[in-house]
Amino acid sequence: MIDIRHLTKRYGRTTAVDDLTFTVRPGHVTAFLGPNGAGKSTTMRLMLGLDRPTAGEVRIDGKAYQDDRRPLHQVGAMLEGRSTHPGRSAYHHLLWMAQSNRIPRVRVQQVLEMVGLADAARRRTGGYSLGMTQRLGIAAALLGDPPVLLLDEPVNGLDPEGIVWIRHLLKDLAAQGRTVFVSSHFMAETALTAQHLVVIGRGRLLADTTVDDLVGDSGSLEDAFIRLIGATR
Amino acid sequence: MTSTILAEWTKIRTVRSTVWTLLPALVLTPLIAYYAGSGFASSYGSDRFDPLFPTFYSLTLGQLAIAVFGVLAVGAEHSTGSIRSGLTAVPRRGRFYLAKVCAVTATILGFAVLTVPATFFAAQAGLGPKRVGLGDPGVAQAMIGAVLYLILISLLALGLTAMLRSSIGALVILLPLLFLGGAGLGNIPQIRAVAQYLPDQAGMVILHLTLPDDPQFGRDYGPWTGIGIMALWTVVALLGGLLILRRRDA
Repeated sequence: MIDIRHLTKRYGRTTAVDDLTFTVRPGHVTAFLGPNGAGKSTTMRLMLGLDRPTAGEVRIDGKAYQDDRRPLHQVGAMLEGRSTHPGRSAYHHLLWMAQSNRIPRVRVQQVLEMVGLADAARRRTGGYSLGMTQRLGIAAALLGDPPVLLLDEPVNGLDPEGIVWIRHLLKDLAAQGRTVFVSSHFMAETALTAQHLVVIGRGRLLADTTVDDLVGDSGSLEDAFIRLIGATR
Repeated sequence: MTSTILAEWTKIRTVRSTVWTLLPALVLTPLIAYYAGSGFASSYGSDRFDPLFPTFYSLTLGQLAIAVFGVLAVGAEHSTGSIRSGLTAVPRRGRFYLAKVCAVTATILGFAVLTVPATFFAAQAGLGPKRVGLGDPGVAQAMIGAVLYLILISLLALGLTAMLRSSIGALVILLPLLFLGGAGLGNIPQIRAVAQYLPDQAGMVILHLTLPDDPQFGRDYGPWTGIGIMALWTVVALLGGLLILRRRDA
């Protein structure tokens, strides 16, 4: 379970995240939606202690992420953009992550096979396609077999086969009782994967509801989303 | 903590820049020392001749590689974005930083334990009949000093890079400092009075790269005080780096 209370982040005069309060519960996939620049990535970085909030707090299963000595056993995260050294192989990237959290070395091979990177694991990640980089990010998130998963735009760059794969993966992880929080701007995909939605715009909470409730009689999630965003402009 | 240090060691040994920076230095530093030794052997006869002066002269070039290694150990994480993976895996930033300091220290200690004796023996081979042995006065001190000097240079580079959060920025400061520092700074007495306290200049007394009582290359302090001055610079840089890492968003 993720608890966000009055979370605020300002950079100078710009407010990226503005008094956000919501809870992400285990057992289903929660999608995190918002237009570009709405503050989704910033919120995720605040959840992981990478950025310091101006105000408010994030609790993941009761604890602040940055207080955890071996957080990968509690929370698996995939951030937007590159977060590997291009000169290092996927295997060695996952190896140092595993070592830092006392995760056994065999787990590295397991997650590489789970995401379909076993054959490319010894290659340097600088030569990876976007889809392979995304798969490596998901492997890193799964490394500690954590009860909470935070994934920033995991569908980006995946081919159709990869999109179906991640849809099933996320649903399976949630069905196992995990908390799965996924940011996305693909509405059609979100409608197929998520049961719950958190929508933000300009850093503020616009909706915290089920997919069915938001869609209502709009016809599609896309229409409902655009109407919701438009109403706040 | 050992797990975090092990992870940092894995990071160091799994990028090619470690080999690019350290291997050439390991080969070239003794090689240049050999030629420095043979060159100085012919100048024997001067009453100022110190066989340890040509011995560690080539470390002033070898240290450039060590500085680059120290810079990349931190700077590459910022430039590639892998700092975010690092701080996600180890969110306690003091622990993350200390582990990095330990892994870099251990790597340079290993490097120095190979390079410093190799440099010593290569230089003595070049000096031929004028060579000194391990048991001669000042030799053991100079060799221990050389190992400490290299470790302090790497950590100075690490701390400075953590403060600036940029490899380029750190290299722009470090390379002129280390490359040009010895070249001309001593020529003007007023500059020498201050410049002798720069970190690399302070470390040169123990390496016998300074001339006692010389108006240009002399120092107002002894070998261990010099190492102490260098250590002070290093501690300031490391603490500055820690402060920035703890305060700033990653």
